Amino acid sequence: VISTARPLLPRLLAGLDASGDPMTLADHERVHGPMPSIGAEELVDAVEHSGLRGRGGADFPTAVKLRSVAASRRRPTLIVNGSETEPASAKDRLLLSRLPHLVLDGAVLVASTIGAREVLVHLGERAITSHAGLAGALAVRDDRVPVGVVAGPEGYVTGEETAVIAHLNGSAPVPTFVPPRPYERGYRGRPTLVQNPETLAQIALVARRGPIWYRELGTEADPGSVLMTVSGAVREPGVYELAFGSSLASLLGAAGGPTEPLRALLIGGYFGTWVDAERITGIRLARRELQSVGCSLGAGVLIALGESACGLHESVRIFSYLAAASAGQCGPCVYGLEAISDELMRVADGAATRDSLERIRRWSGDVRGRGACHHPDGAVRFLDSALRVFAEEIADHHRSRCRAASASLPFGRATAGVRR
Amino acid sequence: MSDVLRVNPITCEGHGLCAELLPELIRLDDWGYPIIDQPDVPPGLERLARRAADACPTLALLLERRERAADRR
Repeated sequence: VISTARPLLPRLLAGLDASGDPMTLADHERVHGPMPSIGAEELVDAVEHSGLRGRGGADFPTAVKLRSVAASRRRPTLIVNGSETEPASAKDRLLLSRLPHLVLDGAVLVASTIGAREVLVHLGERAITSHAGLAGALAVRDDRVPVGVVAGPEGYVTGEETAVIAHLNGSAPVPTFVPPRPYERGYRGRPTLVQNPETLAQIALVARRGPIWYRELGTEADPGSVLMTVSGAVREPGVYELAFGSSLASLLGAAGGPTEPLRALLIGGYFGTWVDAERITGIRLARRELQSVGCSLGAGVLIALGESACGLHESVRIFSYLAAASAGQCGPCVYGLEAISDELMRVADGAATRDSLERIRRWSGDVRGRGACHHPDGAVRFLDSALRVFAEEIADHHRSRCRAASASLPFGRATAGVRR
Repeated sequence: MSDVLRVNPITCEGHGLCAELLPELIRLDDWGYPIIDQPDVPPGLERLARRAADACPTLALLLERRERAADRR
C-alpha cells in the first residue's frame, strides 16, 4: 500500500517559513487552495459539524454564534477582535502579521454567511507587524465585503468585546454593562458578531476541506488543532500548533523543553490557573481534562515557571498587574483588587499579619461577579489557584525573606487610561 | 413570578442607601458597595425593594422581572 497521507500538522501554520514576512496571496493559495465558494447554510453546517469553538478565550460554539447573528432582522457587522491584550498571548499577532489571508478568508466567508455589509478588524495600536500584514494583504485582495482596520488603545481590558465595540462607537475603550450583548446591539446599534482571528482562520480551513477533514485531528469532544503561545522557562518560547488531545509534555517539548525543572504551569494566561508541575504529566489539551484540574485553555496560553523562580512573587506581580488593569469603572473591582493586591504584597514581603490570608480570601469572594465585565472574576480565579499551588511558598515567606530571581514573565501595558 | 435585584456596577457609586433601606437583602462590602447574596426578592419585601431601587441616587439598583433576568444568563 502506498501511503498518500499528508502530514496532519501544521494546518493553520502550514507554509510558514523563517523569513518573518507575511505570506503572499500566491503562496497562500498554493498552500490552501483558492477561496472556496460555499453557501451560507452550508458553511454554518460545516462549522457546526466541525465542532469549532471560539478561540478568544470564551470557548463558545462558533456555529451557535453564527446562527444567532445570521437570524437577526437588522444587518449585522462582523468585528475581528485582534486586540490580543493578554500579555502572554502572541498567536493572533502571528496570524495577522504572517498569515493575514487566512484570517481575511475566514472573515469574508463569515461576513457573507451572516449578511454583514462590512468587516472591521480591531487591533492594538502597537501591533505594527499586524497592521502591516493586513494592509499588504488587503491591497492585493478583491473581496465582496469592505474590510476596515481600526487601531485601538493597548491595555488589558480594552480587548474585551464590549470595550472593543465601545471604542468603535467612539466611546472610551472600556467594558459596558450587558445586556444588551453585542449580538443584539453592538457596533452602531446593529447586531454585531465578534470573532477571534484564530477562529476565523479555522473557518477558512473548514470551508475548504470540510468538517470530516477537520475532525481528523483532535478528539471527539475537542476536534481540530489549536494555537498555543508558550513562554517562561522553555528553550524556544513561541506559538505552536498542536492537535487537541496532545499532552502538556508534548507542548513543552514543541517549545524546546524546559530550561530547568518546573515548579508549576500557568494555563490560560493571566486569567488562568496555576497547576503544580507534579500534576502535569498525563494532562492533555482537552477541555474536560483541563476542567478536572480547574483549568481552561483561555486564548491558548501556557507559561512555564521554573523551580528557581518564586511562584508567590510571580503571582503577586501578575495580580497587581491585573489590579492596575481594571478599567476603573466598578467599585468592587477598583478598590477590591487594589486592597487584595496590597495585602498580597505584604504576604510576599514577609510582613503579613495573622489574618492577611483570611482577609484576602474574604475579599476575593466579595469581588467575584461584581464587575460589569469578568475582570474581577478572572483575577480572583487566578489568585485562588496561586494560593492553592504555592501554599508552601506562602508559609515559607512568613519565616524568611525570599531571594528568588524574577522569572521575567511577559507583561503588557496594564491600564487603558480611563477615569479614577 | 418574583422580582430580581441587580446592581449596575458602573453607575453604582457606593452611596449605600440601598443597604440601609433593604438590609434584609443587601449588605455592603468593605468599600461601601452593595453585595446582593440572594437576588430573588421574597414575597413581602417587594415594596421595600422597589423603594430601595427608587432611592438610589444613581439609579444603579435595578429591580427586574424574573423572566427578563433569566434571559441574561
